[in-house]
Amino acid sequence: MAEITTLREAVEELVLDGATVALEGFTHLIPFAAGHEIIRQAKSGLTLVRMTPDVLYDQMIGTGCARRLVFSWGGNPGVGSLHRLRDAVEHGHPHQLELEEHTHAGMATRYAAGASGLPFGILRGYVGTDLRGRAEVASIASPFDGEELTAVKALNPDVGVIHAQQADRRGNVGLWGITGVQREVVLASTSVIVTVEEIVDELDLEGPSPVVLPAWTIDAIAEVPHGCHPSYAMGYSTRDNAFYTQWDGISRDRSTFDRWIKAFVTGPSDFSTYRTAIEDGSLLGWAADD
Amino acid sequence: MTDAAYTSAEIMSVVAARHLHDGQVCFVGIGLPSEAANLARLSHAPGVVLIYESGTIGARPDVLPLSIGDGELAEKADLVVSVPEIFSYWLQAGRVDVGFLSAAQIDRFGNLNSTVIGSYDDPIVRLPGAGGAPEIASSAGEVIVMLRQSRRTFVESVDFITSVGFGRTGEGRPGHSGAGPTVVITDLGVLAPDPTSHELRLVAIHPGIEVGEVIDSTGWELKVADDLEVTRAPTSAELRLLRDLKERTAAAHAP
Repeated sequence: MAEITTLREAVEELVLDGATVALEGFTHLIPFAAGHEIIRQAKSGLTLVRMTPDVLYDQMIGTGCARRLVFSWGGNPGVGSLHRLRDAVEHGHPHQLELEEHTHAGMATRYAAGASGLPFGILRGYVGTDLRGRAEVASIASPFDGEELTAVKALNPDVGVIHAQQADRRGNVGLWGITGVQREVVLASTSVIVTVEEIVDELDLEGPSPVVLPAWTIDAIAEVPHGCHPSYAMGYSTRDNAFYTQWDGISRDRSTFDRWIKAFVTGPSDFSTYRTAIEDGSLLGWAADD
Repeated sequence: MTDAAYTSAEIMSVVAARHLHDGQVCFVGIGLPSEAANLARLSHAPGVVLIYESGTIGARPDVLPLSIGDGELAEKADLVVSVPEIFSYWLQAGRVDVGFLSAAQIDRFGNLNSTVIGSYDDPIVRLPGAGGAPEIASSAGEVIVMLRQSRRTFVESVDFITSVGFGRTGEGRPGHSGAGPTVVITDLGVLAPDPTSHELRLVAIHPGIEVGEVIDSTGWELKVADDLEVTRAPTSAELRLLRDLKERTAAAHAP
């Protein structure tokens, strides 16, 4: 049953070194504040799972949280490479990173199987690609007409983490807009942390594609306004495209990256410094030689 | 109306847009594909249905999104569905007519690489990876590829098959429901697969481009169609729409 708590306590209690952790959010509702807290608490040896490891996982990989990455697309959307991810894969910095890669459809099917309590999911996919030799997939014949299909192993993370627009005081979570695999990761994971923009008396759910996740599917909820920046929460904020563009310069160089992380993530005691920097413009105004 | 000056990116977008027909359902990626698909929607194909992999169906963005999940897409879509649903009910089930793809490399049989340059275990360049491309390449009715042409990008055989064209040896597409790449639009011209050998050959060149230049920019011995066409230059109307769209986009994404 969901407990309304602080992000620090939720991460201390639920994210253990060496765990398999999935922070999801498909462009929208990416749980940056939770990722920052995992970095702040110097969690290590994690298997990080995420369809689209973007700027958040660049930060987590660059600070050495991850031993392994399970993913389907690792880039800075519309901007280019993730330089910390590339540095880890190409040069082993800050240490070697093991990769398991899939397609989006494969990852989505794996989460859906995990949420359904099945050992595997089925799709048409991977046929003829070189991903086939790299990912845990197998051929399976349809028992009804013999069609050759692809089976992908269920994903059941130890901890699933999402950001949502709202929770009510009883711990029910409401989100809307681009919902990605938010519902699947919550239902597939052993424990679940949710950060929300706002705790309300009643969920309002006025946007497109509303999803409600009942309190009894969630372990910890923390109210963290702007906790998905530079991603966004429809109805609360817009995507900070300028920051995504700026990240390219910050992340390209190891020492600039380290200074940025110290200024906004590991130096401060919680997310409030970062939030203030968003609001007063100093996050975008930050320069490497500050 | 065809004498306006244009850039190589502009002719790519205009030519790709002309390949989209009104009423088609199109699965769109970010970058030039999104530019081309929206240009088609704003000009000759107002009824085209644009689908982005974030689950936005019937998207009508006023400005081009920076990412596949910008709020702009969700706010102006017919419906928004989850990621498992977009790939299963909509793409895999065969509801997409055209997929637009790009890549870091393409080979003579239309296979695409967006995973790695060099060897997988010791890469020269680690690229973002598959994303939604493999299933778009497999299940969309047909695939339009947009990619700048050079010996670096147009190679004899890709380093890694992320998305299948006609297979490593051009054997065809067993296990794939869609027709695969039907055109490859570059900054120099247009390539299309030979119906029997599946090898990509040059079927059109852009105005002012020499055939020799295209051959020199290709990493295999490029064959040229007997009935080679010259691309119709972008009209001033097409260019005006495209430039307006890009200006609106730049203004919207400025800090």
